[in-house]
Amino acid sequence: MGHPYIPNTREVRGQMLKEIGVASVDELFTDISAKIRLRHKLKLPGPMSELEVKRHVRAILARNRPFTQILSFLGGGVWPHHIPAHVRELVRRSEFLTSYTPYQPEASQGMLQALFEYQSMICELTGMDAANASMYDWATSLGEAALMCARVTGRRKFIVPALINPERFSTLQNYVSGPGLELIKIGYDSRTGQLDVSQLRKELGQDVAGVYVENPSYLGFLETHVDKVAKAAHEAGALFVVGVNPISLGLLRAPGDYGADIVIGEGQPLGNPVSFGGPLLGIFACRDEVKLVRQMPGRLIGMTTALDGRTRGYVMVLQTREQHIRRERATSSICSNEALCGVAAAIYLASLGPRGLRELGEACAASANYAMRKLRAIKDLKVPIFDAPHFNEFTLNCDDVGMSVAKLNAELLKRDIHGGKPLRGEFPELGETSLMCVTELHTKEDIDRLASALAEIAG
Amino acid sequence: MRKKLGLIVNPIAGMGGRVGLKGTDGPDTLAKALKLGAKPVSPARAVEALRAIKRSGLKFDLVTYPHEMGKDEAREAGLKARVIGEIVSGRTSAEDTKRAAREMLAEGVDLLLIAGGDGTMADVIEAIGMRAPVLGIPCGVKLHSAAFANTPEAAGDVAARFLRDGLPLREAEVMDIDEEAYREGRLSAKLKGHARVPYEPTMVQATKEGSAGFELADQKAIARWVLELMERGRIYVLGPGTTTRAVAEELGIRDSTLLGVDLVLDHKLLARDVNERQILEAIEGKPAAIIVSPIGRQGFIFGRGNQQISPGVIRKVGKENVLVVATPHKLGLTPILKVDTGDAVLDDKFRGYIRVMTGYRQMRMVMVSQ
Amino acid sequence: MMANYRQARWAGDALLEPLIFELGKPGRVGYTLPPKLHEQLRIPKNLLREKLEIPELSEVEVVRHYTRLSQMNYGVDSGIYPLGSCTMKYNPKVCEELASLEEAAYIHPYQIEDTAQGALELMYRLERCLAEVAGVDRVCLHPSAGAHGEFVAMLLTRAYHKFKGDGNRTQVIVPDSAHGTNPASASMAGYEVVTVPSDARGRVDLKALETAVSERTAALMLTNPNTLGLFEDEILKIAEIVHGVGGLLFYDGANLNGILGKARPGDMGFDIVHFNIHKTFATPHGGGGPGAGPVGVKGKLEKFLPVPVVEFDEKRKRYYLDYDRPHSIGKVKAFYGNFGVLVKAYAYILLMGAEGLAEVSEAAVLNANYIMRKLSGTKGYELKFDSSGPCKHEVVFSVEPLKRETGIGAKDVAKRLLDYGMHAPTYYFPPIVPEALMIEPTESEPREELDRFVGALKVIADEARRSPDKLRSAPTATAVGRLDEVKASREPILRWKMYHKHRA
Repeated sequence: MGHPYIPNTREVRGQMLKEIGVASVDELFTDISAKIRLRHKLKLPGPMSELEVKRHVRAILARNRPFTQILSFLGGGVWPHHIPAHVRELVRRSEFLTSYTPYQPEASQGMLQALFEYQSMICELTGMDAANASMYDWATSLGEAALMCARVTGRRKFIVPALINPERFSTLQNYVSGPGLELIKIGYDSRTGQLDVSQLRKELGQDVAGVYVENPSYLGFLETHVDKVAKAAHEAGALFVVGVNPISLGLLRAPGDYGADIVIGEGQPLGNPVSFGGPLLGIFACRDEVKLVRQMPGRLIGMTTALDGRTRGYVMVLQTREQHIRRERATSSICSNEALCGVAAAIYLASLGPRGLRELGEACAASANYAMRKLRAIKDLKVPIFDAPHFNEFTLNCDDVGMSVAKLNAELLKRDIHGGKPLRGEFPELGETSLMCVTELHTKEDIDRLASALAEIAG
Repeated sequence: MRKKLGLIVNPIAGMGGRVGLKGTDGPDTLAKALKLGAKPVSPARAVEALRAIKRSGLKFDLVTYPHEMGKDEAREAGLKARVIGEIVSGRTSAEDTKRAAREMLAEGVDLLLIAGGDGTMADVIEAIGMRAPVLGIPCGVKLHSAAFANTPEAAGDVAARFLRDGLPLREAEVMDIDEEAYREGRLSAKLKGHARVPYEPTMVQATKEGSAGFELADQKAIARWVLELMERGRIYVLGPGTTTRAVAEELGIRDSTLLGVDLVLDHKLLARDVNERQILEAIEGKPAAIIVSPIGRQGFIFGRGNQQISPGVIRKVGKENVLVVATPHKLGLTPILKVDTGDAVLDDKFRGYIRVMTGYRQMRMVMVSQ
Repeated sequence: MMANYRQARWAGDALLEPLIFELGKPGRVGYTLPPKLHEQLRIPKNLLREKLEIPELSEVEVVRHYTRLSQMNYGVDSGIYPLGSCTMKYNPKVCEELASLEEAAYIHPYQIEDTAQGALELMYRLERCLAEVAGVDRVCLHPSAGAHGEFVAMLLTRAYHKFKGDGNRTQVIVPDSAHGTNPASASMAGYEVVTVPSDARGRVDLKALETAVSERTAALMLTNPNTLGLFEDEILKIAEIVHGVGGLLFYDGANLNGILGKARPGDMGFDIVHFNIHKTFATPHGGGGPGAGPVGVKGKLEKFLPVPVVEFDEKRKRYYLDYDRPHSIGKVKAFYGNFGVLVKAYAYILLMGAEGLAEVSEAAVLNANYIMRKLSGTKGYELKFDSSGPCKHEVVFSVEPLKRETGIGAKDVAKRLLDYGMHAPTYYFPPIVPEALMIEPTESEPREELDRFVGALKVIADEARRSPDKLRSAPTATAVGRLDEVKASREPILRWKMYHKHRA
């Protein structure tokens, strides 16, 4: 019997062997010496029929509790949003799904144009002039951004805020370890969380390649002094890098407008499911300056014409930055990226438009503010811990309740509610604090339910 | 706009070979060759090349010199040519070659096809430098210059492709026999200059965007790395070539020689255009290193164009202190390198695989053959 | 054979489908949202946006636009896609279904472990399967792509030597036939890259390798089978040479499809093995991604793996994320890997089982050898290296003879293949073969399709002789004809506004 994914049956394979004058398929593997030739069968599960596989995998996955079943307030790097049904349908079309890097642009205009549209929309969102066709995620985009700053400026230091997302910081450390760049953390105001600009100015010397801020920050508040940070960085000859959650950019000002040279971020919330943290979508964009664009990592799609000089088409451009042309001299080793997630983001953005994205941002921020108001009212809870405007994430501190966040969350879970991420391991100075996220998925009733549960637990 | 092809044939190039002479420069050697029964070689080669261009079907304008310096060959190949200039048939010389090159440059030719040997090519470069692309139809005994195609037919093919589709241009070393060395009984070549030559790379699409751009970037990258590795107090003997010059420039030295050997110490030029004796004197009792690049058509790292770096110098410096630099592009043209220091035992030490620096913190294992 | 293929073409005036920015009208909406709460947002005016210039379309227009674009795109589901070293095999649809389940797609990585046992278990089981396939001890599922996995492998290499107090290991060796990502990843990790040539048989030149290794060698990066589709039959000697100087051996898993179930990198002496999930394990390529590039290691490197590692607590019978790893290199990306992709890979392994995977490599290798035998001897195409033995799952032909004869080379042949409704193989790679066509049919192609493919190549060689201009202007059956790629890079137009400005 044949195999559904291997069309040539054993019989046909036998005929093929005969036709090319090979006695058996084993003869095609004689180049593998007997010493390393596997003689036993691999110890693997299966083979299973499609039906059995579904049963098996569903049984394993059933031991997950998705946030459609429990009320979750988790964020912190991936965020749950509603994905319009047509986005998922379109991205599953197999002409997109089963294609690869458009090495033959003439046959791949669909993917190329979709990615060009993605690049264009990311530029509008971020206020940048050039965006690439995706990186792995925000964390690796940050790593690449630091490397790019060093390449462009020839300098060796990179400044980040002390409240940077620790996973991104650890990734950054690995990326800069190659050329051995130095990372410097700048402190924050304990009341407002804002980056300490005077400390920044002290650190800004002739040897700083780039300054990085996250806006909104990892802990949800907005950095209100970004204009000052940009100015200080530029005066010292450093590049200004801003990391964003693009969902906020329907409502918030584009980083390009306040001086960013490079904008990076996490594109997952634009039409891609949370999916236990992957696949994600690294946003990477920069201003239109030759020295920047030519140092940008990743695939770039450009517009051109056919040889008739008229018909518009799209191709990969500036491939001389990439590894398949320049090998060890490439700006980055990235080859396969998150292209399809980028297409999903483009479709999502095209569907929401400027009005939808603004309304969505307002909805998330409004719900978050409502949640903060209701939770702040609960005795012994400090919500948020920083006196600053927030977008859709905020901190919740329960030191005065006399309970750890872990215990608080365990209690919440009994009520089928998932609390925010505990932060004490990452920022011990913040005590028993968690990071809460609210999106358009949360109704007023959901937030009220959280509030009464917390009131009960804290009381 | 039809492309213009210039053709210069040196009718006496290559005549010495059959009768065992090292070239036919100068009327004495020519007379000797004729007495020994030598027959002209280059006209037939030129015709072969022209026929290859004709086969390509390309429409172009051919500009050439009178009689045996091009017109005759064009006619034999069945090509119409516009003839410029004046010569005395039967008594052509290097001066005619140089004048022809200058006049064709003034005509605005897109490519100059030269049927001749190293001497002829050296004459052309002396006249016009790199102001027009050139390509050599190989007809000489002396074919050390990297500006020659491998065969007359290949010369025709590349010329046609260059004119029709455009091809990247590379910098090729132009060599000629070292008269001084020859008189001393040694055969070695001197670097006379550089020519701009079209070539067919494997990855046309990629390199077409500016192979000259790659070359420069790669040279700078190599220079950056060499700089990082340079030690204070060590004398660096810089061989000729554009890559070693990039190293000097990276150090801030603007007046190093392109065709000669320079000495560098602590990021400063110690001595320019030195000979063997001067090198030996300078490095006596001091730590030293040699930085060389492959030269010529055959990729010689020693023995063509840098004889000042003699066996004595190499032994004194030590093989482990010899750095060979070459861009990947250059190695693509001469994938196997050669040595000919004049000392067979020393040559043997370099045979086999050696490390060649090809970029910033990049090396390649390259074969050095017999 | 007729070139009777026609790709869909939405043709307007001098363009195919308009850009999304050229569609839509003010006021149109493609979404609906529940009513929002009325709360003070407290956002300072200087941080609020004034305008956002992205298009306004109805859902109908969005769907039509992207549907049309998809029709002007070629995937594995369209036909043969023989890109060398990319393993464009069929993507089983049941894998898609499973990855879209709520229990897979709607779980958050920071959920309390008790609520995500399914995800952790799946990842743990997948790790065990991959370890068995490769012959290694542990596998890190974090890296998002092959190049990412290579980079992680380089970081692990450095951590390993550093731990041993060996700070002088500054060089990584790479064959000249390697994928470009290999030297690029090594460079990114701060290593000097030493390239060694291939010999006349198309394998790593052992003499060159012996000269290249030293006490400065951190690692050798090798693909096996290599990018010429040839098995590095001296691999045990190679391992000896590298291990002999204290270096590590890294396996680039791009070509694992050629030896699945027949040999294991771990048994060949490789210390670090990376996988291309989107290649060997049939997850879709998505037009460039997402894929996944897990990295497997032998025990001596386990302590350096990125955190967290999925472990199983025997006593409590539960899976957990282990962050207590003092020698870990830390994180190489956020969270734990491309879970949505890993689910598909796990399902694929279950569908195939050990016998299925062995059959995969047999069928893939047979398909490649079939093409090799049927095409060799055809005037215009030649095998540059060792044609005496079998190739593995891919074969590299040189179109140089045809080029010499007619002026038509690999690129033109590739473009003309598109007119026959087939995707072209990789061309101009590996760089050591002039006018290379790198052909990997995979096990998914039926014999008729292989015959059609070889037939087309033969017809195209004839076309090159009779009417070369036809080939130079190919393709004509795709949505758009040959595009000016040189112009595109000379004056890059990277976004809608640049085009707008450019036109004005």
